[in-house]
Amino acid sequence: MTPHVLTRSLDRSASIFILVVAGLGVLIPLSNLLLPAGSALQVPTYLVALFGKYACYAILALSIDLIWGYCGILSLGHGAFFALGGYAMGMYLMRQIGSRGVYGNPILPDFMVFLNYPKLPWYWHGFDMFWFAALMVIVVPGLLAFCFGWLAFRSRVTGVYLSIITQAMTYALLLAFFRNDFGFGGNNGLTDFKDILGFNVQADGTRAALFALSCLALILAFLICRAVVTSKLGKVLVAIRDAESRTRFLGYRVESYKLFVFTLSACMAGVAGALYVPQVGIINPSEFAPGNSIEAVIWVAVGGRGTLVGAALGAVVVNYAKTYFTSGPLAPYWLFMLGALFILVTLLLPKGIVGTFNAWRESQKETQVANAESAALEDGVGEPKPAE
Amino acid sequence: MLTKLTRDIATLSRRRWLAATAGLVLGLAAFSNAKAADDTIKVGVLHSLSGTMAISETTLKDTILFLIDEQNKKGGVLGKKLEAVVVDPASNWPLFAEKARELITKDKVSVVFGCWTSVSRKSVLPVFKELNSILFYPVQYEGEESERNVFYTGAAPNQQAIPAVDYLMKDEKVKRWVLAGTDYVYPRTTNKILEAYLKSKGVKQEDIMINYTPFGHSDWQTIVADIKKFGSAGKKTAVVSTINGDANVPFYKELGNQGIKATDIPVVAFSVGEEELAGIDTKPLLGHLAAWNYFQSIKTPENDKFIKAWQAYTKNPKRVTNDPMEAHVIGFEMWVKAVEKVKSTDADKVIDALPGIEAKNLTGGTSKMLPNHHITKPVFIGEIKANGQFDVVWKTPGLVAGDAWSKELEGSKDLIGDWVGKKCGNYNTKTNKCGGQGS
Amino acid sequence: MFATLLDRLRALLLAILLAAAFALPALAEPFEDAVAKFANDDFSDTDEAIGAVATSGNPLAFPIISALQDGRLSADPDTKKVFVTGADGKIIDAATGEAVDKLPDNAAAVRLNNRLRRAVEAALGGLTLLSPDPAKRIAAAQSVFRSHDESALATIDGALAKETNKAVKTAFTEARAAILLYKADAAEVEKLESVAIVKARGDQEAMALLTGLGSDLPPNVARAVTSAMASIQSNLAMWSMVQNAWYGLSLGSVLLLAAIGLAITFGVMGVINMAHGEMVMLGAYTTFVVQEVIRSRYPGLFDYSLLIAVPLAFLVAGAVGVAIERGIIRFLYGRPLETLLATWGLSLVLQQAVRTMFGPTNREVGNPAWMSGAFELGQITITYNRLWILCFTLAVFVILLAMLRYTALGLEMRAVTQNRRMAASMGIATSRVDALTFGLGSGIAGIAGVALSQIDNVSPNLGQSYIIDSFMVVVFGGVGNLWGTLVGAFTLGIANKFLEPVAGAVLGKIAILVLIILFIQKRPRGLFALKGRAVEA
Repeated sequence: MTPHVLTRSLDRSASIFILVVAGLGVLIPLSNLLLPAGSALQVPTYLVALFGKYACYAILALSIDLIWGYCGILSLGHGAFFALGGYAMGMYLMRQIGSRGVYGNPILPDFMVFLNYPKLPWYWHGFDMFWFAALMVIVVPGLLAFCFGWLAFRSRVTGVYLSIITQAMTYALLLAFFRNDFGFGGNNGLTDFKDILGFNVQADGTRAALFALSCLALILAFLICRAVVTSKLGKVLVAIRDAESRTRFLGYRVESYKLFVFTLSACMAGVAGALYVPQVGIINPSEFAPGNSIEAVIWVAVGGRGTLVGAALGAVVVNYAKTYFTSGPLAPYWLFMLGALFILVTLLLPKGIVGTFNAWRESQKETQVANAESAALEDGVGEPKPAE
Repeated sequence: MLTKLTRDIATLSRRRWLAATAGLVLGLAAFSNAKAADDTIKVGVLHSLSGTMAISETTLKDTILFLIDEQNKKGGVLGKKLEAVVVDPASNWPLFAEKARELITKDKVSVVFGCWTSVSRKSVLPVFKELNSILFYPVQYEGEESERNVFYTGAAPNQQAIPAVDYLMKDEKVKRWVLAGTDYVYPRTTNKILEAYLKSKGVKQEDIMINYTPFGHSDWQTIVADIKKFGSAGKKTAVVSTINGDANVPFYKELGNQGIKATDIPVVAFSVGEEELAGIDTKPLLGHLAAWNYFQSIKTPENDKFIKAWQAYTKNPKRVTNDPMEAHVIGFEMWVKAVEKVKSTDADKVIDALPGIEAKNLTGGTSKMLPNHHITKPVFIGEIKANGQFDVVWKTPGLVAGDAWSKELEGSKDLIGDWVGKKCGNYNTKTNKCGGQGS
Repeated sequence: MFATLLDRLRALLLAILLAAAFALPALAEPFEDAVAKFANDDFSDTDEAIGAVATSGNPLAFPIISALQDGRLSADPDTKKVFVTGADGKIIDAATGEAVDKLPDNAAAVRLNNRLRRAVEAALGGLTLLSPDPAKRIAAAQSVFRSHDESALATIDGALAKETNKAVKTAFTEARAAILLYKADAAEVEKLESVAIVKARGDQEAMALLTGLGSDLPPNVARAVTSAMASIQSNLAMWSMVQNAWYGLSLGSVLLLAAIGLAITFGVMGVINMAHGEMVMLGAYTTFVVQEVIRSRYPGLFDYSLLIAVPLAFLVAGAVGVAIERGIIRFLYGRPLETLLATWGLSLVLQQAVRTMFGPTNREVGNPAWMSGAFELGQITITYNRLWILCFTLAVFVILLAMLRYTALGLEMRAVTQNRRMAASMGIATSRVDALTFGLGSGIAGIAGVALSQIDNVSPNLGQSYIIDSFMVVVFGGVGNLWGTLVGAFTLGIANKFLEPVAGAVLGKIAILVLIILFIQKRPRGLFALKGRAVEA
């Protein structure tokens, strides 16, 4: 009885989640484009860009929840996959600038002109084609995750050791991308994008479309995660999370399962990064900073680890808090608020927002079930009624 | 999966969630469209107050608040009070772009004073272009830029690096050069310009050593030993340092401890000012040099008055002043004059009015906004004194005009920025076309 | 080159003249004019004035120039009068030598720049070969070695005959050899001898001297020079290995110091403490506060400031650590990843708190005299602060090991770490031990802050720059093993310093990170993995 109720309630929150995201993904762009500027119902463009950014963060959070919440792999370097996807997209956008750069060089991006690059480095070839860049957005993070995971999982590196070496990985990439000789623009990164697929990236229509696309990607990522965690594969993943050695002794090839889900998660993070870059207009090595990856893990923890919906919600809540606190008279003190939020959530809501909510609902329903001794919950739309 | 989904959707009352979503959108839209008050002119302050750059940028936020306070005491601008809108972009580059957008569209500021690193400026550039607003950028930088919406009140490389090298060559008879910098765009470009310049003066390749270190580098033992070795080859050697803020303290501590004195191997720095020295014991650094367009120790009536007012405002009699602060002082005054000239805060009008506007700098001269959106500045070389201040040992005879595009670099030697006549930031004087080198 | 030669010549000349100055009668007018030039506040005028005063033979010349060097010479720009404030506080008019009651209000110290500082040093006879101070004689000999100026040969020969000090004698011999090598008419035998002497010296400057020799040498000498250069080269290569090793040890000691507290909280207790770096920062700020108090109240105690700061930093950081454990971490045992989250939040709060209290800029922490400067060991320079930090780190390590091994608290800590429930049933108050262990780890981080304040920024970002390196060290060495941390820190430090000259600072660091990642594949539990069943839990 209980597991049935649990999956049903989760499914309901899942469908509500999809509907809300889809609704926002349609309504916000429409309101932004169709209603006159300044009208009370019109969503201003800067909010569209902001929400688009949140949606990308939500995808990143989902990808982390998939491996951490369901497979127990705590990656403190997931920002690296996000940033690699972002760089692949950034390279495409740089190539699209063409001769409109400040030096007017049709082939070389501006930073290469003033650092005297004689010709385009080999790894920049192909990025003038969107399909190639789009492929790289998935392939590059996926390949790195595959190689890294293949080494790490085969050697049975687990727990904090894995967390720390993922951190080492992103830190090494951070240092590498900071180097100007690396050919990715050093600290200034890639910026001053003009257009994507022929559309001006700064036009309202493009922004609205990118936002809608991000919502679509979020829904797709969510559906993929749901499909994975509700399948038999998902059961094995949970088994690995809870007792890795036992699962191995039962005959499952633990490292293959882990490798698959780690690579999948990295690809999702890459897509999130690719959608993020045209919306914020810059990609720079600081996206590789270990602090960013840790923060992404914190979104998941705040929202609720192992709930998927919670991960996405956590990303939005924490980032909204960041946006809100960094303006206004409290701006100098916002780190106090953010820090306090993290501490309080861990102490008071150990399962995160959604996890705690689910647990509360479950206990409510159990009481109801105990009271009513019936399946009268069939029409239980909306809030569960408090127990009598 | 999908059938489950459709069943769930069916179980929800359609009207209910439609109403909920609409309500959410409405709520978000309502809170964001807060109207700006009409009786004040809003000034955006976009400096990091947390994160790695807070160390440098917090002072600049205070400077703008101070300048606004002073201006309001004089009755504001166009009969309206100025109101500062402070945000914290937290040393996070995408957040800079987000906050810039918020300042312009939500808070409707007339002008923004902000940014420190080049990457933060690059990050907000598209936003200022798209929304057509004004940014005053107060820090010395690598040049190679001239944008319609940005006014560069810090030094371009020809206003800092080249005069410093000239001084060392003439006065200290330096023959061997170490160009040490943090690995990012400003040092890379500056060193590239300096290398080309030194070679044009007959310095040989083997007498130039170039070294790059990561941000926040703290273990300088090897590099300082290398410098010492490089300097023991019999020719007078100097170090030109473009090492970024945080890494300077351990660098100078190591220099002092390894006994490299300024009389042996002088170090001239472009990113070390009074604020940075406040964190170091300067006695072992006596005689090392810095090149800036302003020093706190320069004795002029304007400067004395400014320092007094600033220390009174911050209620700290020891609070130092520095070069980027002066850049903000000049930029702020230029903006006020331009607004009063056109009697409007409209961005287009102010942008067109700014070139040609003059403002007193704190070192006794009058700086002028040039058509390339850079300003004229004097260049000073100062020696570090034991009290953490600088003693000016050399200065340019007049003011130096800032070059947006370096004459020493292959890619930019034909380019000029001219927003008055040509209405173009990268006009090519060879092809007579706007838009870089052309193809 | 020629100009520096001139400087040196003039230096010698001035020194001799100055030495004789007191015997000569005073010359009236030109001297006063020269002194007045100090008041012009123009560097070239000051330069001329130094030259004129030094050669004037006036008995006031010496006091004037030495006052100039120490910043005790002041001038009134209006009346063009120049004053010397004696070391005892007495003021005299520089031109006449008459006593003056007090300085005029607008008198300012005469300014110097690097060029003038060199001229003053030269004028004061800082570089005389006949100085009574052996250190100055050596310095003079070194400068002759570099300039290999033939005119000094006679003086060197004379000085060499009288010299009794062994070190000075060597320096003179080397200087003489340098002159002979460059002297066109020196005999071949002399030149060969000289090559041998320079070869024996074997440092960078010897190399520079030999490299500078032209190709027009007698074949025998040329051959000797080539072989000497090869020998010096290999000698230098060996010393550069030693130097890298020393730098590696020094970097390793810094890493160890930063990581050792983490080895306790993370390694022994299993708490992922992201606020560890902030404990280091608290220690550094404690040092700053201690020095501020000492500067304003008890300036005489400055050299002891670090000794006072060490226990205070331990107490401050330790107390904060205990508070964190009691207030937050004890609710999170058994959920290591949530401690990561909470302590990350805590680190944000602590950073911002320090930023609010002390301001966002760097604060100045001075080096006491015994931590400043350096000494030469063979061909390498060893700085005192690095040496002391290395000793200090090892001392902390030994004390910590002894504490864990021989004290009751150490025993309880080990017991709780190995088997919490068993320890509890034996009557150990496990929660008290937890709090004390965490406090100990934090306190040691605080001590690390005292040491790091001597070589790094004291800013709110201080902790952030060490946290990742510290985790790498602990994980590389093996969680739960202090010896592993020690070996890990020194291995990483030395590897880094040997890679840096080859690959550059950035690539070297990247290479180290990649090596750690690969190493963990080989030994998934670090260098010194704990053996036994407890590991699999």
